[in-house]
Amino acid sequence: MQITVTVNGAAHTREVEPRLLLVHFLRDELRLTGTHWGCDTSNCGVCVVQLDGQPVKSCTVLAVMADGREVRTVEGLAGAAGLDPVQQGFSDKHGLQCGFCTPGMMMTCRALLDRNPDPSDTEIRVAISGQICRCTGYENIVRSVRAAAEMERAARVEVEEVQA
Amino acid sequence: MQVPAQFDYERATGVRHAIALLTRYGPESRLVAGGHSLIPMMKLRIANPETLIDINDLDELTGISITDGALRIGAMVRHAELLDSPLAVEHFPILVDAERVIADPVVRNRGTIGGSLCQADPSEDLSAAFTALHAVAVIEGESGRREVPAREFHTGPYQTVVGDAEILVEVRVPIRTGSGSAYEKVERRVGDWAVAAGGAALWLDGDTVGEVGIGLTAVGAAHFCAPQAEDFLRGGPATEERFAEAGRIAAEHVRPTADQRGPEDYKRHLAGELTTRALRRAAARARGSEA
Repeated sequence: MQITVTVNGAAHTREVEPRLLLVHFLRDELRLTGTHWGCDTSNCGVCVVQLDGQPVKSCTVLAVMADGREVRTVEGLAGAAGLDPVQQGFSDKHGLQCGFCTPGMMMTCRALLDRNPDPSDTEIRVAISGQICRCTGYENIVRSVRAAAEMERAARVEVEEVQA
Repeated sequence: MQVPAQFDYERATGVRHAIALLTRYGPESRLVAGGHSLIPMMKLRIANPETLIDINDLDELTGISITDGALRIGAMVRHAELLDSPLAVEHFPILVDAERVIADPVVRNRGTIGGSLCQADPSEDLSAAFTALHAVAVIEGESGRREVPAREFHTGPYQTVVGDAEILVEVRVPIRTGSGSAYEKVERRVGDWAVAAGGAALWLDGDTVGEVGIGLTAVGAAHFCAPQAEDFLRGGPATEERFAEAGRIAAEHVRPTADQRGPEDYKRHLAGELTTRALRRAAARARGSEA
């Protein structure tokens, strides 16, 4: 059947089988391979993307269920101004080693900061508790998200000062 | 690579439309809500529906509200929404206790209340919570709506009273004064199914138990409830000694099975201990004295 999914702001129309999973639609049909494909059982969280703004595990969503909806992937994080603060935070604080979990981690953490601009360490840990990282022990991921929150707070203060 | 077998896909635009589609495609069609139970089962080819009917557009099944003296929870309410609901915190904290330990935050963004209940997994948490609360499930079919008590909703593992061409539309929990409720779960790691869990709801009349509900998860309790322990408590004083005895009675009547999550005697022990702890916390909440 034909579906149209808006991915990172651009509408994509494809003919797909109803059984095609969203993760494979993104990777194989659209060649957006930043979204990783891991356990296939909604446990590991490497396939997390945002569906209508909410982080979801794309191995457990059918592509046809995303028809007419908006998907944001890791490729949609960086903008004209450069890296998203979450990406910058992961870079600055070594929030990754092998990088396999990183796209999913960043999409969840982006959604967390959109909802809660100043999360505690516990709130960060809870937010990523459905995602597995075997390199960092999570410590540097928490530091990365804190750094991103700090960057965004500094940017807000700057805007307020300019406006004042 | 895990991929479901082939199926046809339809997207329903309303409850009546969903029922019409279920009627048209027959017993080999299934509703899909969040899909976080059904899609994994389809990948494993344990479930092989010929047609999937997507009900994610059914706005009439969303929302949490107080309606006619009851907390009304739409079947399409996501777990994350119930967890964050101020109405649930205020009236039935057992639901918040349970939601906090269901899967993980990302899965909770997608999975739904109705999907969990209709999946009827014996290890699923909300079935016991709603059983403890004496909730009522509202089911709609071609001939209209019917109401079924939560403790009559499940007919066995993965089986409910919802007919082939019916849809669970909402769950209602009557609000009465003096209530307190709590849910206690033991899991091997965050997001796992319960080794065992127990939920309790109390409606106190002074220091007397006016009404009580006990729900048990993953320990082979028929209909997720513990009627013998409830009968023991009803009408008596709400004391620590009686909560301990109720736990003992509940443990006596469960039929857990040994699996990778633990042996039978350990699960039986948990059923009793978690019942007592849930009753203790429910009573503290009813009295407004939770530590």
